[in-house]
Amino acid sequence: MSLVVDSVAKRFSRFPALKGVSFAAPQGAFVALLGPSGSGKTTLLRILGGLEFADLGQVTFDGMDWLSVPARERRAGFVFQQYALFRHMTVAKNIAFGLNVRPRRTRPSRAEIARRVEELLHLVQLEGLGKRYPSELSGGQRQRVALARALAIEPRMLLLDEPFGALDAKVRKELRVWLRSLHDRTGITTIFVTHDQDEALELADLVAVMNAGKIEQIGTPRDIRAAPASAFVADFIERSAEATSIAVLPTRPVPLSLH
Amino acid sequence: MAALLPARRARGPIEDGPVTRAAFILIAVGFIVLFLLLPLITVFAQALSQGVNAALAAFDDPDARSAIRLTFLVAAIAVPLNVVFGVAAAWAVAKFDFPGKSMLVTLIDLPFSVSPVIAGLVYVLIFGLQGWLGPLLRDYNIKIIFALPGLVLATIFVTFPFVARELIPLMTDQGRDEEEAAVSLGASGWSTFRRVTLPNIKWGLLYGVLLCNARAMGEFGAVSVVSGHIRGLTNTMPLHVEVLYNDYQYVGAFAIASLLALLALVTLVVKSFLEWRYADEIAAVHRH
Repeated sequence: MSLVVDSVAKRFSRFPALKGVSFAAPQGAFVALLGPSGSGKTTLLRILGGLEFADLGQVTFDGMDWLSVPARERRAGFVFQQYALFRHMTVAKNIAFGLNVRPRRTRPSRAEIARRVEELLHLVQLEGLGKRYPSELSGGQRQRVALARALAIEPRMLLLDEPFGALDAKVRKELRVWLRSLHDRTGITTIFVTHDQDEALELADLVAVMNAGKIEQIGTPRDIRAAPASAFVADFIERSAEATSIAVLPTRPVPLSLH
Repeated sequence: MAALLPARRARGPIEDGPVTRAAFILIAVGFIVLFLLLPLITVFAQALSQGVNAALAAFDDPDARSAIRLTFLVAAIAVPLNVVFGVAAAWAVAKFDFPGKSMLVTLIDLPFSVSPVIAGLVYVLIFGLQGWLGPLLRDYNIKIIFALPGLVLATIFVTFPFVARELIPLMTDQGRDEEEAAVSLGASGWSTFRRVTLPNIKWGLLYGVLLCNARAMGEFGAVSVVSGHIRGLTNTMPLHVEVLYNDYQYVGAFAIASLLALLALVTLVVKSFLEWRYADEIAAVHRH
């Protein structure tokens, strides 16, 4: 087991966001943190990214005491829900950022950085858009820039906060498939946060269902579907399935006889 | 059928009748002309009342030159210091949570609510000969009150909020996401500030600096208390105007006042020009 999260707890002033969360995942796993808003999934992700500090508990990753590594040295590629692209920089500059801020002795040459940026633009299928500004891109394109920027630092793990939350249904499906294939090609341990049960169960190797600061159940999508560990898990999966089927209805072709 | 009826423009839900509208416009324009435009014109008219040469002669006076030099010097010291403070304060308030934050925000506004004269007096009470630190400073032969350091201190106090006030809402609005992204990509604190934060706030910062500078050069009350009015030594432009006026040298007083007014006008023109020239970029930075 390469990623071991052990009894991590976090409290915001009086409100407990995480009440002792533990799970383990093998190197290269694709893990979904699934739960309703306020269940602590984003807080857990931010702790793994070093953007928030845990009050209690330990995390080991790849043999490192992960929580004692400062955020800027973790090389955890973080993709934010609203992408958080640098608005005053071009797409190419955004992607190159992580390389440009390296200390001089480890920084690649200018030509090398340009080459890597081109490579990443190709990888996320945004060739030729390097000179655009984030405000000139669509939501799906911004999402892919954010991914390319996170991948540029050759991350040890990839952390995605509601990666498809702000996208419309069609783009969401496409990006989902693409992200899974990207993960299978790169093999980077990936953890993503979602409140969409379909997304979690379709995409991930491991799903951790969270509620009120705790993990209710962790397992493969098949296990969770077959044997929900608690009433909450059963209900949450059931409810999202209903919500999705209702949302899909209007897109079905209307029978001609109705006209 | 409706087309045959007399055309009556539909009123928007928040629009008032034409009479009300005209009245409001008249009141606004009237106030501006009476209280802003007329005095400004009077300043220039008085300065030129005995011809251009008489007005220019006022600038030949060594005391006047010293006052102009001193004003620029005080601004040149006070404005950069307030920029450093303002950026630091705004950064702290907008990007971090800490106990006493609302207290700090309130304190930043203090100079806006306190009379400038009191600001000057406070420094006299602290650094003056009879003040708390007076004896100590005298022993080391350091002069603060009735000297340049006092003028700078009083100016800093009065112009304290300009930069911070301009930046806090802007930086709060922009949130912490981009900084967090920068850190997770391996940027150091300084690098994050220089490459991410600063470019996003540069326009707000520029306005803050312009306003801060305008006030620094025009401040009268606080500076008056700590200056001691030593001609050719501790008189800034606004103080020199008062001295000349009290000496019945109206042309000279208004000539120096015209220079001050011109500096203010230039500030406004520069600000408007920048807003117009970089409208797209400013909008982009504010957009999410």
